[in-house]
Amino acid sequence: MDQAQTRKIEWPDDGVSRIPYQIYTDPDNYADEQQRIFRGPIWSFVCTEQEIEKPGDYQTTYIGDTPVIVLRDLEGEIQVIVNRCAHRGNLVCINREGNAEELTCVYHNWRYDLQGNLKSVAFGKGVGKTGGMPDDFDRADHGLQRLKCEVYQGLIFATFSDEVAPLTDWLGEEMVENIDRILGRGMVLLGTYSQYMPNNWKLYMENVRDSYHASILHMFQATFRLNRLSMKGGIKLSDNGWHHISYSIAESDREEEQYDAKKLRAVKDGYTLADPTLVKGWREFECGTTLAIQSTYPNFVVQQISNSLALRLCLPKGPEECELLWWVFGTPEDTEEQQEIRIKQSNMIGPGGVISMEDGVVGGWIQRGTKRDQDKTTIVQMGGREVAPSAEGRATEVSIRGFWQGYRDCMGL
Amino acid sequence: MDGSVNLGADVRRQIEGLIADYAHAIDDDRLEEWPDFFTDDCSYRIINRENYAKGRRVGVMDCSSKGMLRDRILALREANVYEPHCYRHIQSGTRIRGKDGDAYQVETSFLIIRTMQEGDMSVFCAGKFVDEIVFDGDMPLFRKRLVVTDSNRIHTLIVIPI
Repeated sequence: MDQAQTRKIEWPDDGVSRIPYQIYTDPDNYADEQQRIFRGPIWSFVCTEQEIEKPGDYQTTYIGDTPVIVLRDLEGEIQVIVNRCAHRGNLVCINREGNAEELTCVYHNWRYDLQGNLKSVAFGKGVGKTGGMPDDFDRADHGLQRLKCEVYQGLIFATFSDEVAPLTDWLGEEMVENIDRILGRGMVLLGTYSQYMPNNWKLYMENVRDSYHASILHMFQATFRLNRLSMKGGIKLSDNGWHHISYSIAESDREEEQYDAKKLRAVKDGYTLADPTLVKGWREFECGTTLAIQSTYPNFVVQQISNSLALRLCLPKGPEECELLWWVFGTPEDTEEQQEIRIKQSNMIGPGGVISMEDGVVGGWIQRGTKRDQDKTTIVQMGGREVAPSAEGRATEVSIRGFWQGYRDCMGL
Repeated sequence: MDGSVNLGADVRRQIEGLIADYAHAIDDDRLEEWPDFFTDDCSYRIINRENYAKGRRVGVMDCSSKGMLRDRILALREANVYEPHCYRHIQSGTRIRGKDGDAYQVETSFLIIRTMQEGDMSVFCAGKFVDEIVFDGDMPLFRKRLVVTDSNRIHTLIVIPI
């Protein structure tokens, strides 16, 4: 690695509890991240298995900002392939999704099989008896770049790295348990959408891990007196601090029923919900978990907010923009009534979510607020300066510090 | 179906009037009036074109009663945090596709320019309304208003209804 490049960011002395503003705007640092993080020792979520159900089905997406194709080959195996023709670097798949028996670059008709092997080159032997590729051109040397991939509970992950541990080892036991809990019953996709944000991708991922802001920035529940006070909660972190789960548990069924219309407490008229079925739920999990926001390093989220289940992937789009992709889902076991509840609760999440819409805007404000003072830093010291799990409730920034620990590990900062 | 429905000029005028009044109420920030354009048992949903085509149910707003519409506006006024902005609806091509029972099926294209407080203007959303409109006496009301957005993307957030 080029040390001169990474030395540009001066990391403050305070461990991972102060973050330089420069890290949210610097274009060289952004380029470094693509190499050291997104092509580094991580597993990137790309899409769900059910989006490529049949042989030949493909989706195109990104790992970091590198375009990739995720497909099911004719043998039924899943492949993740860099979406770039070996010839001139053209996108091989132009459509966002589809079904194909082979991958053909439209520019010069170079044809690849679904494992990315180059099968033929148009006019490779020339026209008539002249031209063509040189004699030493070997198709075997010019396949598409294929990435290592693993599928777990219907989630497809891929990596550029040869060194990263197998997916479930990399996630660790607690992270895997939560994925099992949310996705182990299978998945029915209820909808997908995207939210484009005017901020660096890391500002969104910090927000996801920021359990401190939840009841402060998001005023919907407080305004309508929907906060449940006796909830137990905490933070789980993977051993290296890279992945996190922020959770709440209702200790009894009774607490979960607090959202019921008749029991809502309102301090003044006009601040009750006219239709409280919006927040009606059911006790879906034996353990009583009512909220679990999990992030796997660096940019993937598994969400349970009451009965609203979703996946989110935050893709960097240059230093100062990012795109958040959402997959909202239920399970094959859902009754019709349960599915209706999930749909209603989807009003709480996403770019129009009454609880979460602010997450789409606060990053942009920080981007604007910090831009001019690149040498200054943010403070991430709520709950200390360390990176360790916490059972002391959710008013802590420990998961954000975990993110920066992973970041420094990868970036060599 | 186009042209197969025999409509009185009054019906057409009233339906077009409803669609125009609705957009003006939103653009003029008379959002408290928004629920009054709907029947009590209404449904209002914003869904992107892709989910709509695939028969997927979830979009970015999904109200299944007039009460939920009212709650959206109260949340926007009292709870949600966002940068002040307004919309300008540009609407065209209203066509009445038919009548099913007492409901007229109507489609209208729209374009929304979003203007932020500092003056930034952008094309926020384009798409079409797929409506079911019924008459309560002389008054046309939306029983169902499905907003199908052409793009899957919402820039930053959506708090004001379309």
